[in-house]
Amino acid sequence: MDLSIIGAATINGLLMGGIYTLVASGLTLIYGVLHIINFAHGSLLMLAMFGVYYLLMKLGIDPYLSLIIMVPAMYVLGFYLYRFLIGKLSSGKDENILLITLGLSILIENLALMFFKGDSRTISLSYTDKMIEVGPSLVALPKLISFAAAMVLCALLGLLITRTDTGKAIRAVAKERMGARLVGIDVERVFAISFGIGLATLGAAACLLMPIFYVSPTTGHVFVMVAFTVVVLGGMGSFMGAVIGGLIVGLTESFGGLFLGESLGQIGISLIFILILLFRPSGLFGAKQ
Amino acid sequence: MNALSSRQSWFLHGGLLAIALIFPFVFNSPFAVNFGVLALFYAFIGQSWNIAGGFAGQLSFGHVAFFGVGAYASTIVQMRYGFSPWMGLPASALAGAVIGGVIAALSFRAGLKGSYFALITLAFAEVLRIIANSVEITGGGLGMLIPMKQTLANFQFSERIGFYFVILALTVVSVVLAIWLKNCRFGARLAAIRENEDAALALGINVFAEKIKIMMLSGAIGGVGGCFFAQYFLYIDPSIVFGVDKSVEMLLVSMIGGAGTVYGPLIGAVLLAGLSEYTRTVTSVQGLSLVLYGTLLVIIIAFLPNGLIDLFRRRKKLSAPAQSVLTKSTSRES
Amino acid sequence: MLKVSGLTKIFGGLRAVDNASLEVPEGRIVALIGPNGAGKTTLFACIAGFLPLNGGRVEFQGEDITGLPVHKIARRGMVRTFQITQPFAKLSVLENIAVGSHQQFAHRADALSHARDIAQQVGMTHQLDQPAAELTVAGRKRLELARTLATSPKLLLLDEVMAGLNPQEILEIIGIIRKIRDSGVTILLIEHVMHAVMSLSDHIHVLSYGKIIAQGKPQDIVSNHAVIEAYLGRGAAEQMAQENVHA
Repeated sequence: MDLSIIGAATINGLLMGGIYTLVASGLTLIYGVLHIINFAHGSLLMLAMFGVYYLLMKLGIDPYLSLIIMVPAMYVLGFYLYRFLIGKLSSGKDENILLITLGLSILIENLALMFFKGDSRTISLSYTDKMIEVGPSLVALPKLISFAAAMVLCALLGLLITRTDTGKAIRAVAKERMGARLVGIDVERVFAISFGIGLATLGAAACLLMPIFYVSPTTGHVFVMVAFTVVVLGGMGSFMGAVIGGLIVGLTESFGGLFLGESLGQIGISLIFILILLFRPSGLFGAKQ
Repeated sequence: MNALSSRQSWFLHGGLLAIALIFPFVFNSPFAVNFGVLALFYAFIGQSWNIAGGFAGQLSFGHVAFFGVGAYASTIVQMRYGFSPWMGLPASALAGAVIGGVIAALSFRAGLKGSYFALITLAFAEVLRIIANSVEITGGGLGMLIPMKQTLANFQFSERIGFYFVILALTVVSVVLAIWLKNCRFGARLAAIRENEDAALALGINVFAEKIKIMMLSGAIGGVGGCFFAQYFLYIDPSIVFGVDKSVEMLLVSMIGGAGTVYGPLIGAVLLAGLSEYTRTVTSVQGLSLVLYGTLLVIIIAFLPNGLIDLFRRRKKLSAPAQSVLTKSTSRES
Repeated sequence: MLKVSGLTKIFGGLRAVDNASLEVPEGRIVALIGPNGAGKTTLFACIAGFLPLNGGRVEFQGEDITGLPVHKIARRGMVRTFQITQPFAKLSVLENIAVGSHQQFAHRADALSHARDIAQQVGMTHQLDQPAAELTVAGRKRLELARTLATSPKLLLLDEVMAGLNPQEILEIIGIIRKIRDSGVTILLIEHVMHAVMSLSDHIHVLSYGKIIAQGKPQDIVSNHAVIEAYLGRGAAEQMAQENVHA
């Protein structure tokens, strides 16, 4: 096996992994704070990706620029989705929420199917096919840009959580809900904010993914599994875990494809998910429960 | 639970069966018979999910795993080994049961419950899909085609009505099974496990063993559903028989109709088949029926957690708010 | 019937149960008392198999059952109730009790009929069709008792079965417990309601900070210095000792 091929696989894996981290960080935030397993995470990403697609097609806005639109837009969507739907319906039973988010994902997916039809969409810009030399291999330029952007955004998210007052409130609620309430934190509002941030990360990820991936109404399925695997690998609610988990998942996907072929290669992610749940459900970094 | 006397019960069941038997003769358009087959098919596979998820409280998002292995087992047995297609029925039941047992043993040994169990079943189904997509014996991504030869011995029918009666028979068996479960010790133990595993253990119930048993039974039924599907459509491939859509349908049909009840899946199935066929004729837009169905799921969970079957039950009192069979006393507020 | 030797249970740095030993002779009612947090429920959980031991042994009817899974221990005839009741919420009272009956009766009709009898014994006949979730605290405690009784146990571990009951209900339960003992069931109970403990028990063990600090007949325990100290503190114990000297 050629070193350059392995090198290429490694680099590609890490690059995709960075973006997976961004996707998963929203999921891990939502779980850490609200204790909701957001099954609609994948389909919401798909929705955002269609948003980016149409912003380009109808308004000519470059996907990387539409970050400015998508991130706040998805935040607002998330905030009010929680306020008016999820918050009202989540009467406290774990499995109920999972089923509601499942219902939501079915809804979103099939609405997309109705309005956008089933075909896959990709975008093509002046730079989508440009290749850059990185070490021994050639990498698509957008992949590099997206990776860098994802890392920056993850860092920003990290700063938001650790340095701002909102972030403090979020961490307080995540750690001890009742206590947070007792010191006067508006817990419901923090929930809505957290859900909003969770979706905002999807908005960002969508902008970064469109140049290098495709979107169709069923794209959500792929990302749900990826996101969940990253989160359980890193530990539910652990941010550093999401970073490491994302990179591991990216590498697994890449090497899986390399050694097992295109079809069987996808099995790596699901297998990791199964193995973690069976043998180390708290993940690599999560708190032992 | 239902205030029906034994005689009323026989009458009701007999009546339903009679209606089902004469249905394809009274409404003998291809559309109606197809609707009938679809409704019964959903009811059958829905019951597979129901006995594990509704009766025993083990929510699964990956029930298509059993469906898929059943479809492939039966088709492989027929196409690669030359057995009679009717052998596909026991083959698919066995395959489903084995996979059910394996998934259950691994997951429950690791102590997985609730949402974690639901997600790992999803992952298992996905693994099976990928394997089916990648190995030779299943034809890989190309799938498997069953040559059309419409004779009874070949488990194919030139008239759709033949399939109707096969799936009717299977559905009747599944309903009888569900009724038996409701009235036997095994079923009582499953209900106990669903409500409170610790209390069940303390009363001498081998929770682990019982959960495996029900998953195997559920798997067997799901597998047979796959076998029927293969014979009806004569073509299977990994995305069809291992796709998430089927898992969702199996779950939806039970949850909306009434998880944990005998007839819940039937009610849900008639509704889904009806919505599906209706939207198909009214509009060419894909996905409308599932949009409606997904919305219905959210509404049901929020307001009618016991499923639509609550509308058929006489309300005894308007005291405590309705709680789904699946909700436990553990709250997210910890 | 039950012999616990040197049972130790450690959680992290805490010795919840420390080298506890006790015996429960057949046909007797034995009480386990002690201040809150002494480790009584933990001891129960260890005996019944819910928690693994860090040391010691549990023998039931002469056989070592240490480390056996919960359901196997229950099938041998040692059944426990829970301090915070654990009803099968969506099932009716009758169906709840029937789950217990099914240990002995495979046939549904037999189990249901047996459950009716048990319900009568504990006085729940008029509530048979009520969903367990709708019962009051007293009802739930009674149901918990009925359910375990339905398994035809040899030894019943009752964990604070009187907590939350009013005096009338306590009186009724005392009577029921006595009848259960008279029918041949051995009972080990955790209880805080002292007068019930005094009137019911043949023998009492006192647990404090995980250790058995005293055991004996009810009247001996009441005046035991160490016991008083555990419950009321050293100052009170000294005071009472002085009053006794002067009395």
